[in-house]
Amino acid sequence: MLNTVVPLAFALVGLAALLTLWRLLIGPSRPDRILALDTLAVNAVALIVLFGIRQNSALYFEAALLIAMMGFVGTVALCKYLLRGDIIE
Amino acid sequence: MNNPTDGAAPAAKSRLHRLLPHPILTAALTVIWLLLANSVSAGQFLLGLLFGWAIPRFTLRFWPERVQARRPLVLLRFIGVVLYDILVANLAVAWLILRGPQRLRPGFVQLPLDLTSDLAISLLANTISLTPGTVSARLSPDRRTLLIHALDLTDSAALIAAIKSRYEAPLKQVFESC
Amino acid sequence: MIELVVSVLILAGAVFTLIGALGLVRLRDFYTRLHGPTKATTLGVGSLLVASAVWFSTRGAGLSLHEVLVTLFLFITAPVSAHLLAKAALHQRLHSLAPEPESQPESAAQSEETDAG
Repeated sequence: MLNTVVPLAFALVGLAALLTLWRLLIGPSRPDRILALDTLAVNAVALIVLFGIRQNSALYFEAALLIAMMGFVGTVALCKYLLRGDIIE
Repeated sequence: MNNPTDGAAPAAKSRLHRLLPHPILTAALTVIWLLLANSVSAGQFLLGLLFGWAIPRFTLRFWPERVQARRPLVLLRFIGVVLYDILVANLAVAWLILRGPQRLRPGFVQLPLDLTSDLAISLLANTISLTPGTVSARLSPDRRTLLIHALDLTDSAALIAAIKSRYEAPLKQVFESC
Repeated sequence: MIELVVSVLILAGAVFTLIGALGLVRLRDFYTRLHGPTKATTLGVGSLLVASAVWFSTRGAGLSLHEVLVTLFLFITAPVSAHLLAKAALHQRLHSLAPEPESQPESAAQSEETDAG
């Protein structure tokens, strides 16, 4: 059963990542692109977790955790840039 | 109000305070370490305790105020309510997205805050962002109002009343009932 | 039995992730788009991680609560980044479908609606 569900889930999450990529490309505003990038990181975490289940290996969680952290830190940094870049403090 | 250690032995308390400045943070760090190591052996537990003690101790100046949570039962109930709301919120938002963007009525709401402590306000803002079709967008500079964006706003007064009774009241009880 | 639970969780997670991304593409202004990823995607990945925790815990190698950490991390960080993004968007004065909030907050006590519907 898992043998049919996991590829299906791969397809669904992959489609989600493609849609997010589309939003990243068309924008139109900078916060939109940051949001898309953040969502892409979360989608990557989902894909890695699925891959871990498929490979039957628990080794991939460090990678998932790292991508989740990097995504968050990147989003915060970019937002801080938007918040401060236009205004002289 | 209902703090049994109040005035019991101030000297011993302050010594304990210096040794263990943030007991909640220490406990949380220990649990996180055990989850990270994915084992509960005695060695990992000791190592986690060591980190949980050392990290708050050496980053003391970043944590000026001490977190005090009272009424653990209220806190547990609050966490349960929030988890349930997250589930319901996700189904609701999924339905709103699938139904089509034409019929959404997005709107901004100003939520007047009763909370005063930083921790309680940030917890409330996070809770609001995680639950039914709402995202907290901006805290006013005087910390009296929180601007909320709602995905499908039908009745802003009802939304404010729901947030106040479901999330703000328990948070106030837990973190500000002195 | 466990395989069934894991399969349902995986499917639910994937579907929620997809709906979140769909919201990101379909909705028409930034503030509404913000709602899709912060909720649907977080719960989607959350249930995938729970599925993984259940799956590896029942494989005989002991309890695997590793995934709980990632879930917890996502649930703590998602609202923070959503809040920062909303703040950045307000700061940039992005176009919004909702009536724009005025820059100085109105007095804290009033919350009545002005439009009669």
